[in-house]
Amino acid sequence: MPADFISNLYVFVLAAFVGFEVIRRVSPLLHTPLMSLTNALDAIVVVAAIIIAGRHETALSTVLGVVAVAASFSNMVGGFLITDRMLRMFKLSKTKKP
Amino acid sequence: MSPDAAQNLIHLTYLVAVALFILALKWLSSPATARHGVLGGEIGAALAVVATLAGAEVIEYKWVVAALVAGAVVGVPLGLVPMTAVPQRTALSHAFGALAAALVGSAEYYARLPNVSRFGMAEIALEVIIGSLTLTGSMIAAGKLQEILPQRPITFRGQNLVSLSVLGAAVAIAVALVVHPENTQLFPVMVAVALLFGALLVTPIGGADMPTVISLLNSYAGLSAALLGFVLNSKVLVVAGALDGSSGFILSVIMCRAMNRSFTNVMFGAFGQVEATAAAAEEKRPVRSATPEEAAAILASASKVIIVPGYGMAVAQAQHKVRELYDAMTKRGVDVKFGIHPVAGRMPGHMNVLLAEADIPYDKLLDMETVNGEFPETDVALVIGANDVTNPAARLDRSSPIYGMPILDVDKARTAMVIKRSLNPGFAGIDNPLYYLDKTLMLFGDAKAFVAGIVHELGGHGHP
Repeated sequence: MPADFISNLYVFVLAAFVGFEVIRRVSPLLHTPLMSLTNALDAIVVVAAIIIAGRHETALSTVLGVVAVAASFSNMVGGFLITDRMLRMFKLSKTKKP
Repeated sequence: MSPDAAQNLIHLTYLVAVALFILALKWLSSPATARHGVLGGEIGAALAVVATLAGAEVIEYKWVVAALVAGAVVGVPLGLVPMTAVPQRTALSHAFGALAAALVGSAEYYARLPNVSRFGMAEIALEVIIGSLTLTGSMIAAGKLQEILPQRPITFRGQNLVSLSVLGAAVAIAVALVVHPENTQLFPVMVAVALLFGALLVTPIGGADMPTVISLLNSYAGLSAALLGFVLNSKVLVVAGALDGSSGFILSVIMCRAMNRSFTNVMFGAFGQVEATAAAAEEKRPVRSATPEEAAAILASASKVIIVPGYGMAVAQAQHKVRELYDAMTKRGVDVKFGIHPVAGRMPGHMNVLLAEADIPYDKLLDMETVNGEFPETDVALVIGANDVTNPAARLDRSSPIYGMPILDVDKARTAMVIKRSLNPGFAGIDNPLYYLDKTLMLFGDAKAFVAGIVHELGGHGHP
């Protein structure tokens, strides 16, 4: 088993624990924005796609990379945009009851 | 800067991005700080993208820039869809995310040929299979949510056997590839079989189960990104994928609990078929009904009202009329709150977004556990376009298919009012005993028109 695998597994397990603890505390009010935000964050796959598309190896890898860049970057742009649109709508009552 | 130092700088930038991602999710714990979260995530993502573009590995910019522009051109309209369309947009974005992960994994396989290690092949195969099945599964889910495909479960005899055999075939091809990674003709076959499995997995699932399915696909999309991180030895992908995967997983568990179902039951159960016969056996029983005038008179004399909205309210586009009703009653000094069931709407939290869009303050939106404590001292519970989530049979009738499902205890309020087109059973085809209680008034009609009628009577400016 490669050493890289073990270190990635450590990171994965720790990140999953952090994820559980942080996401458990997200208000149920915001579960839809949560999903669109994690979607936008997940679109960080774009950095790997950029390298595939930009390292200019074969026509096949460039095509696959280009489509992957477009798909993930559209998630990044659209995901942040719609999350912010949703969150802007959440407002408190103007007049607090005594 | 030496190449090593530059590479380290890129990795440090990724680390900052990852930290910002975690903070972004932490800020989402309250609506007050949530928008910082978006900003944090945007800064993190922008840093990572710029660092990657500046890195030595990118030597040809033309296509990369074209692809980024294309992504933005597609992404911006998808970020501007109406709030009712957010579930299908989300399903589509799971598909895009999975597509990107599967393509990068495939490109990596071809780039490594002919020297693909067995371990590396196993990682790539698993990643590409999960990415591919998430792609087609999410597209089917988006099609059902957009109502391009039928919402009802599409089933045939031996379906589960067929689906599992297809999955088995994908795994068998993957194993063959691990043994002989240089067998390049097997790779596209594996992808095709995995794509087929994704479609078979979601096709039999009905519209009522979409909140669970969409959460589960969210989890798979995250998992495929994390696995891609393993393939490419990229910690930023491992972390982002793990965060997305755990978020989807938590939401799936919440949705399953809210419907008292197990994952297996959602995926292989094809809900909403057996119950039709049970409902047909019910005798026609008398119900009490009321006009908008009568409903308005009761609401006006109440001191505490809880509105229970369901997806039917959104379908009728009645949320803005409901806001007018909220305003008119609040002006009269009535305490009005909203009780939101976790599966109200087509995805987790969807109903809150629809009500927030209609300018209803979020401190009036209560989750199921909080609001259930308040029904016994509530004068009127007004149900608009919700059905199964208010069905007391879930609490009382052991033979009911939804027995055990947590519901909003509308029947514990002094008076229950239900706006509904007719007495037809809802999505799952289950009869609702709530409608036949002495304390229940049925308000027959279109949700939007009926609410407008009540608002009119209350002296608001609602015109039917």
